[in-house]
Amino acid sequence: MKNTLKQLSIFIENKSGTLIKVLELFSKAKIQIIASTIADTQDYGIYRVLCSAPCEAYTILKEHGINVQLTDVLAIAIEDEPGHAALAISALSQAEVNILYMYSFLWKGRGVLVMRTDESDKALEVIAENDMDLLNEDNFII
Amino acid sequence: MKKILPNDNNPFFDEKMETMTRAQIEALQLERLQATVQHCMNSPFYRKRFEEAGLKPEDIKTLDDIRRIPFTTKQDLRDTYPFGMASVPLRECTRLHSSSGTTGTPTVILHTQKDLEEWAAQVARNLWMVGLRPDDVFQNSSGYGMFTGGLGFQYGAERLGMLTIPAAAGNSIRQIKFITDFGTTALHAVPSYVTRLYEVMQSMGVDPRRDTKLKVLAIGAEPHSEEQRRRIEEMMGVKAYNSFGMSEMCGPGVGFECQEQNGLHFWEDYYIVEIVDPETLEPVPDGEVGELVLTSLCREAMPLLRYRTRDLTRVLGRTCPCGRNHVRIDRMRGRSDDMMVLRGVNIFPIQIEKILMTFPELASNYLITLTTDEDNDNMTVEVELEELFTDDYRRLQNLTNRIQRALKDEILLTPHVKLLPKGSLPVSEGKAVRVVDKRTVYQ
Repeated sequence: MKNTLKQLSIFIENKSGTLIKVLELFSKAKIQIIASTIADTQDYGIYRVLCSAPCEAYTILKEHGINVQLTDVLAIAIEDEPGHAALAISALSQAEVNILYMYSFLWKGRGVLVMRTDESDKALEVIAENDMDLLNEDNFII
Repeated sequence: MKKILPNDNNPFFDEKMETMTRAQIEALQLERLQATVQHCMNSPFYRKRFEEAGLKPEDIKTLDDIRRIPFTTKQDLRDTYPFGMASVPLRECTRLHSSSGTTGTPTVILHTQKDLEEWAAQVARNLWMVGLRPDDVFQNSSGYGMFTGGLGFQYGAERLGMLTIPAAAGNSIRQIKFITDFGTTALHAVPSYVTRLYEVMQSMGVDPRRDTKLKVLAIGAEPHSEEQRRRIEEMMGVKAYNSFGMSEMCGPGVGFECQEQNGLHFWEDYYIVEIVDPETLEPVPDGEVGELVLTSLCREAMPLLRYRTRDLTRVLGRTCPCGRNHVRIDRMRGRSDDMMVLRGVNIFPIQIEKILMTFPELASNYLITLTTDEDNDNMTVEVELEELFTDDYRRLQNLTNRIQRALKDEILLTPHVKLLPKGSLPVSEGKAVRVVDKRTVYQ
């Protein structure tokens, strides 16, 4: 069973018209975006995308000359109730695993925390020890 | 060794030279040109040049014959680096300057003691022309060292007999303290620095009109518009005079505005001034813009014949109400090559390209944009990322910082560096446009 999820990290200029160019490529290839996030920065941004076919999307974006990277991220399913995100993160925090970035969304009635950590092996140990529900791409088949 | 100075009420520092008629100027120029050409035959470089052109010093019979002499270029200076263009033995030289700004492609200019004295006299002539006298206090905020604006003005101001303060570049608060404490009446600075000084004065509660004795500014080494000059005069309550110099011709002192402020008098007893079409290299008529070409007439260590300055300008006139008939040259209007002048530093795009190429993370396309923000020149370098090697913002920021530092080491200025996705910059057909100059000075 795979432990990680493939996320697309797409480098885009902070300028109108750049995001739509990327989105149109997903649209044309009929690849569904499951979750995505972009931060507010000065000159450029990294658009992070979970989608239904990351490897295919990667190839298409590459072919169109777009700066893109496939990044391994961890995804944990939690109950969609107050307090569960805190529980999950406190376990990682106690083990001194740093989170580089994180975002969350709802998937089939459950919460999903997606994160990149500085030490993914250690993070995986913590997740296993605490019996957390680790997701992989099989969980996101549409 | 006391140097004789004119009376304070004499408007001329060197009356005989400054007030020559055109005919006298041209007669003197021919005599000095012939002597210079003869002297150049001591330089292996020029001896070869003349042989290749089938030219003998005796062939220069009239001033127009100068057009038979091949041009000298900056590349020639690089090719003969360091001493291949000297016309005297090295033991007769007492000073070496290297062209300002760049580290990648050095050029060397040598001076004999007489060259230095003539240079100082030229600068003194300029400062006298704009009304400075031995009672004045002259502060020089140029960089010293290899940059000729430092020592050039220092020796010139001393030659005139002024109390001269080698304040050197930077440290605005200290500059202002010198200006107020020492009663500085004249300041030499690049124009953008004057604006900076004014801002600092304001923050210190110093009013240049009320709290200083400043009356004259010498500004140069950086392109600036007439509007910028007027703004500087207005804010500081002084007269600002445009100065032209280049290390190849000695340094500052080659040309300077008189009190009419209508073009820079280029000293034709020291130089022959030609304006040529940069493409055809044929002379252009007075009033038309072309490339400034200079021949030094009094230099011993390293005279240069028909040196292509790459500066674009035009002749405004050959007479002047001030009584000097030395040719009046317009302020520089740009370059015939791709050199940029920012805050007095000369920068070529190739220097920036060379640095960017050392970063494997970057693609080969780049764009340099120059802007004027509150009278300061700024540079933005936009570069494309070859591969997204991380999805960590901090590592991208770290790359930006490393690029910025490497560029600063090369060009001595800190540009704004902007990382762009591959394919963001316009792909030009034919020769790539690498520099966009949005500075107000060239508009």
